[in-house]
Amino acid sequence: MNRDIQLIVIGGSAGSLQVIFKIFKYIPAEFPVPFLIVLHRNVNFESALDELLSVKSNLKVKEVEEKETIESGYIYLCPADYHVLIEKDKTFALDYSEKIHHSRPSIDVVFKSASATFHEHLVGILLSGANADGGDGLKIIKDNGGLTIVQDPDESEVSYMPHHALQKFKADFVLESGKIGRFIFDLNARA
Amino acid sequence: MEINFGDKEIDNLLNDILDIYGYDFTEYSKASLTRRLHRLYLMDKFKSFGDFSARIQTDPVYFKHAVQEISVNVTEMLRDPYFYKTVREKIIPVLATYPFIRIWHAGCATGEEVYSMAILLKEAGLLQKSLLYGTDINPVVLEKARKGIFPISQMQQYSTNYLTSGGTNDFSSYYTANYNLAKFDESLSRRMVFSTHNLVSDSSFNSFQLIFCRNVLIYFEKDLQAKVLRVFDNSLELFGFLALGSKESLRFSSIAGSYKQVDPKEKIWKKLK
Repeated sequence: MNRDIQLIVIGGSAGSLQVIFKIFKYIPAEFPVPFLIVLHRNVNFESALDELLSVKSNLKVKEVEEKETIESGYIYLCPADYHVLIEKDKTFALDYSEKIHHSRPSIDVVFKSASATFHEHLVGILLSGANADGGDGLKIIKDNGGLTIVQDPDESEVSYMPHHALQKFKADFVLESGKIGRFIFDLNARA
Repeated sequence: MEINFGDKEIDNLLNDILDIYGYDFTEYSKASLTRRLHRLYLMDKFKSFGDFSARIQTDPVYFKHAVQEISVNVTEMLRDPYFYKTVREKIIPVLATYPFIRIWHAGCATGEEVYSMAILLKEAGLLQKSLLYGTDINPVVLEKARKGIFPISQMQQYSTNYLTSGGTNDFSSYYTANYNLAKFDESLSRRMVFSTHNLVSDSSFNSFQLIFCRNVLIYFEKDLQAKVLRVFDNSLELFGFLALGSKESLRFSSIAGSYKQVDPKEKIWKKLK
């Protein structure tokens, strides 16, 4: 494997939070690639996701702000009730347009936009969920030369979302939740 | 279907639109605008970018449709109820001290926020001495705003927002239900003026004690954001208030030094000089 990875995007819905915590156990503070996480969340539920993740990971955690430049050392979280897009100059843009798959933020929107900027330098990971979101976007990541990982539906808490994505295209890797973190760590070590 | 156009084609199209129609989208955030153009292209089933571009340039009726579809018109009543709670508790008591209240909702789309504010003013007994200006680039959405008719399917959500914002009446007392539509009371719309205004090219047109511009600046590039903030600064009376969207900020802007945020959480600033 010889690719220069510049961003890792993780999309998840129902049943994905514990998987995310597992992944970041393996990622050290000096990991050179930034992460962007897009989770379906309830707008009316004041989520403490950033605080929880700060405790459980070695990286700095922050919510995406518009016009902010993506930097390594960070886990960026998509804010509730906005779509997140990425400009060609690698800054974030926010968008309050129609929900996609009943979701804002939508995983498809983030995956597609990240792929248009990062092409083969992007890794897309789709986790557990009860929604059809993410599959189209992940396929585009693969079409543009990026690396795609889907959580194994057989051991996902809710298999619908990973299963739905795998019906659309053949992901590069289908991994159990406990193996994704180590895989990402190794991927970078090999690069 | 395949998308066969990228940044270069879009830049050319935006320059042509500016030349032909005088609408300037060149300083809109590219990521969002590109997504909207791709959406429009697929929705209207174009076969090539050449066809798409030619249609926009030669058919003014289609161009109007395109403007409507590429601008984001998503809005709701009393969105972010805690924001409106802050308006009730910290802004309305100050507005009450003025003999006449002028409010500008810039980029109001179909007007749900204007109706929200009118309800708050009515409950404070201030609506009769208030005038609410709603402006948007897009005349089609303003026509909807004037009518004050919204889908009844939204009312349950709006009613929840209303109660969370500190409302104590029955929210349904503000509208008349008719099949799947809710028509808002004319006592509200009587105090409203809707007109087209382009934040990119038009200047200040009045002075106000309160300006709302929520989730509009996120679609603009930095220089255009700064320009629009100067228009607001020129349109705001001393000690007036500027209210932005929950992810927007005056921080790092050239006018920041003249303003003070009135609440640690909500994005409302007071003009101090």
